[in-house]
Amino acid sequence: MQPVLSVKNLTVQFPTRRGTLTAVDNISFDIMPGEVLGVVGESGAGKSMTGSAVIGLIEPPGRISSGEILLQGERIDNLGPDQMRRYRGKRIGMVFQDPLTSLNPLYTVAEQLIETIRTHMPLSPADARKRAIKLLDDVGIPAAERRIDDYPHQFSGGMRQRVVIALALCADPALVIADEPTTALDVSVQAQIIDVMKNMCAEYGAAIMLITHDMGVIAETADRVAVMYAGRIAEIGPVRDVITDAKHPYTAGLMGSIPTLATNSDRLTQIPGSMPRLSAIPKGCAFNPRCPHAFDRCFVERPEPIASGTRRVACWLHAPEEQAA
Amino acid sequence: MTTSNPLVEVNKLSRRFDVSKPWLNRVIERTDKAYVRAVDDVTFRINKGETLALVGESGSGKSTIARLIVGLLDPSEGDIHFDGKSLKKGLKGGEARRLRRRFQMIFQDPFASLNPRWRVTDIIGEPLKVFEGGLSSLERRKRVGELLTLVGLSPEDGVKFPHEFSGGQRQRVAIARALAARPDFIVCDEPTSALDVSVQAQILNLMKDLQDEFGLTFLFISHDLSVVRHMANRIGVLYLGRLAEVADSKTLFAKPRHPYTRMLLDAVPDLEMTGRKRKKVEGEIPNPINPPPGCAFHPRCPFANERCRMEIPQLLWNGEGETACHGVEEGRI
Repeated sequence: MQPVLSVKNLTVQFPTRRGTLTAVDNISFDIMPGEVLGVVGESGAGKSMTGSAVIGLIEPPGRISSGEILLQGERIDNLGPDQMRRYRGKRIGMVFQDPLTSLNPLYTVAEQLIETIRTHMPLSPADARKRAIKLLDDVGIPAAERRIDDYPHQFSGGMRQRVVIALALCADPALVIADEPTTALDVSVQAQIIDVMKNMCAEYGAAIMLITHDMGVIAETADRVAVMYAGRIAEIGPVRDVITDAKHPYTAGLMGSIPTLATNSDRLTQIPGSMPRLSAIPKGCAFNPRCPHAFDRCFVERPEPIASGTRRVACWLHAPEEQAA
Repeated sequence: MTTSNPLVEVNKLSRRFDVSKPWLNRVIERTDKAYVRAVDDVTFRINKGETLALVGESGSGKSTIARLIVGLLDPSEGDIHFDGKSLKKGLKGGEARRLRRRFQMIFQDPFASLNPRWRVTDIIGEPLKVFEGGLSSLERRKRVGELLTLVGLSPEDGVKFPHEFSGGQRQRVAIARALAARPDFIVCDEPTSALDVSVQAQILNLMKDLQDEFGLTFLFISHDLSVVRHMANRIGVLYLGRLAEVADSKTLFAKPRHPYTRMLLDAVPDLEMTGRKRKKVEGEIPNPINPPPGCAFHPRCPFANERCRMEIPQLLWNGEGETACHGVEEGRI
């Protein structure tokens, strides 16, 4: 089966006066049709930058300096702005963190939905409106025929995020990129939005790239997860495996540091230190100053993701030649 | 050690905020003054050496309670006692200073709560200047060095400015500042919600260690139930400015009684949840300017009956904790 999205050796760099910063550093992953890939990491790990690269929204002077992004087999990283606009919204939908900034406050929800639908689909205004109402109804907005003519400020936070999800699914996209879609919401609303996203994407057949810092949300929503650290993928694999048996020392530390409703331990495991700044990423493995298992090779040579069972792990501990030794 | 004498007692505390339109609009549109009851008739006590956590979603009044207790806001009604003394009648002079130094606050955003133009030594040294005026500047600097070591920074960091630190390190500075006055009681308003998880774990562990070392009492405000479970001995759940349930941490998680608490616990995404089907969560928090009559939770509650729609439930002892729910009182839930 052909992946919906295929990212190959993607590198995003920001040239600055003090040298070039690498926000995303040579990462590769695939998303299969209908799959939910979670991308998790702490602030500055490059997860949002990866999302922006896929939809071609990297702010200059940032740029994709190498690598390829393929959407259903077609390269999209080298398209011009006009061509990219045709993809964005049509084949890739987007859901951002703050629903108030992704909706235009001066237009009604109907105007925004219908505009988007008609930009990408050959429908009459009346048919587009019908489709818009159906979408709103599907995302769980009560009395959709009436509420569709309201302005964004007349909706509550959770309802607004539902509108944004409807907007993302307007043109039957193959892929939805959701960047922290529930971070601005309260827990009880967050649970509803997760459900809506999952059900809607399953119904409309879209794959999801779910970017979040909240491992709990990933555990519940995603099929596979990519853990990012300092612009690189530390570990990628099925969610269950990564959570129960983390292979990369960073993932293991991250899992231990999350307080859960189930654990009763008195102290959380903690990773000493914090993520390096982009201007001071250590040589070799970026995690080496914080890693309890670091050995000579980690300080010299950078580990690339190595296949290990169901997963790929960027850690020398899991290199076959090190395990043999 | 936990003893049963209360350090802080909060009695029927309420706080209203005026959210009226300007006078001219009210005259023209013939509307009345409008108030939000951010905190409504809240009663609880915090024992010496324990951690009481207040959890709630946005608009539940948890931060307002924190501000009322440390005196950043004045209550509209009700009273707060600290170590047996009422804080209601604006304390004056020496007495106020003696009492105030015993409670300190740690804020959510370490980027906003530290003065960017001050060096860390001055930030941590200020409470010492105010409360321990007798110290020479050399002694003060020495004490700041000790405090920095205590929170896991180095004394040499004192000459730096806040912007030279990461978020977690700044929160450490804020903790050192709170500890400078040698308080008994620290109000922590979402101390880790601006931090990444791995850093959050460091700060939570540090706070627990300091609590053990100095016998501190914490009021811990958070929206994150998992964090609260990790930190608190007792937990109060707030909904629209009122306490819905207060219970021991263990009891609350093992046997939540109030329907809102149950819903919250069901809603928290958890690492163990992969693939598990969750219960459906309905509705959102209503507008606090115009809250529903009776029990504020009744529009979202599967057990609501006629009485819930009319009468505000009081916080009552249920054998293991306190709940404000007619259903629990009547034995229906």
